[in-house]
Amino acid sequence: MRPIHYLRCFAGITTREWLRFLNQRGRFFSALVRPLVWLAIFATGFHFVLGVSIIPPYETYIPYEVYIAPGLIAMILLFNGMLISLSMVYDREMGSMRILMVSPLPRWFLLTAKLLAGCVLSVLQAYAFLAIALLWDIAPPWYGYITVLPALVLSGLMMGALGLLLSSAIRQLENFASVMNFVIFPMFFASSALYPLWHVKEASLLLYYVCEANPFTHAVELIRFALYAQLEPVSAVVLVASTAVFLTLAVYGYDPAKGLMQRRAAE
Amino acid sequence: MTDVTALSIEGLGHAFGSRRVLSDVSFSVAAGDFTVLLGLNGAGKTTLFSLATRLYVQREGVIRIFGMDIRERASECLRRMGVVFQQPTLDLDLTVEQNLFYHGSLHGLAHRDAAQRSAAEIERVGLTDQRRDKVRQLSGGQRRRVEIARCLLHRPRLLLLDEPTVGLDIASRQFMLDHTRRLCREEGIAALWATHLIDEVGEGARVVVLHKGEVRAVGAAAQLLGQTRTPSMRAAFETLVQEREAA
Repeated sequence: MRPIHYLRCFAGITTREWLRFLNQRGRFFSALVRPLVWLAIFATGFHFVLGVSIIPPYETYIPYEVYIAPGLIAMILLFNGMLISLSMVYDREMGSMRILMVSPLPRWFLLTAKLLAGCVLSVLQAYAFLAIALLWDIAPPWYGYITVLPALVLSGLMMGALGLLLSSAIRQLENFASVMNFVIFPMFFASSALYPLWHVKEASLLLYYVCEANPFTHAVELIRFALYAQLEPVSAVVLVASTAVFLTLAVYGYDPAKGLMQRRAAE
Repeated sequence: MTDVTALSIEGLGHAFGSRRVLSDVSFSVAAGDFTVLLGLNGAGKTTLFSLATRLYVQREGVIRIFGMDIRERASECLRRMGVVFQQPTLDLDLTVEQNLFYHGSLHGLAHRDAAQRSAAEIERVGLTDQRRDKVRQLSGGQRRRVEIARCLLHRPRLLLLDEPTVGLDIASRQFMLDHTRRLCREEGIAALWATHLIDEVGEGARVVVLHKGEVRAVGAAAQLLGQTRTPSMRAAFETLVQEREAA
């Protein structure tokens, strides 16, 4: 297999993800409506309750809506990452996963291609949210829309890799509800998405450490700083490392010799 | 590297935990052969297919595709193999063509080649008018035809078909059988056809009888009738699966 075969395979996997996405337009709207509901209702309600002091990267006092915007962008990426997981579990139950697995190309490549294809869709939805967020005066400098791109890609890859890893461990579609309870909600709430970590530290030191260890926090912070053309190096390193670990474990999970596929068959 | 033996299985065994599903399975399929893997439900046919397609890795025995060990040269083996699984594997929300293009891309085919080949294969299975229909709109028989068209897209030399006629009506079953036999006869493709339906064996086929994970007999259908001194394949099969149990 030559590089051109890999490229064609990647194009095929991406095309299929696009076709599925276009077939499920409701998915696009629900992915956008969810953070917009948070912005329109939650942020408005808490506008006067939660005070945000001047913290980097902001140079002045900011409305609460501006503070939670990066968290809501990361929320879009998180839900899309979990959708990759859902789509893998669905493919396995419907049988189409087998066609992917008997491709002559290596599995690490097939999984990475699936991850990248999902990431492209996530990033586009994040930009759609940023466009609508202008209605709430959430307007980073113009160059922020460019500098945020690598942060969105890296965060999208991290959440997608987590989704892939979960899909290798989830046995049935019905178990997906557990992902909502034990992955999405804890990751979102135990992070800097809704409140600055110094607030959390004052309330509970333990929760502060949990938030600091949560890779979702680092996705939020990387996006927050990137919107103002600033790099948050610790967050970038944490995200690269988390992506590598999650993807490696997912490839292991899908390896017929070592992973969960045989064990699942045995049950 | 080529070998006229398309599929060679030697001493294959497999167990899920303490439950043994295959024991010392050995047989081969030559180029152009239509070989029926005959066994009741639970005989180990699907496990054997999962091992031969590398969905599972075999730890006992050797599987060779055109002389290549699948553990050592998985990619080259999978390139030469077309598979129809027992469970349907089409994406129901994509059209017939889109399903074939997707499969082509997984084998590294250029879009133009995939388009030409898919048009030809879709025509061969008589679904040209349905090529832009979503698979969800097709009948069970038509979906199976799409699967066989799809598995031929990358021009494999070995076909593995796991119970491809389950749930099909008589006409669709006959079409699948005739089409596969024609591919073996006219194009020299080797086919391993797993089934529990004895009447699918037909004249001139080679048969591998698999029972409780063990090969009970290998040979031409006529040879098995002679060996068991029975008048029909059904009687021969029953004799072969009962022989060792009685012993």
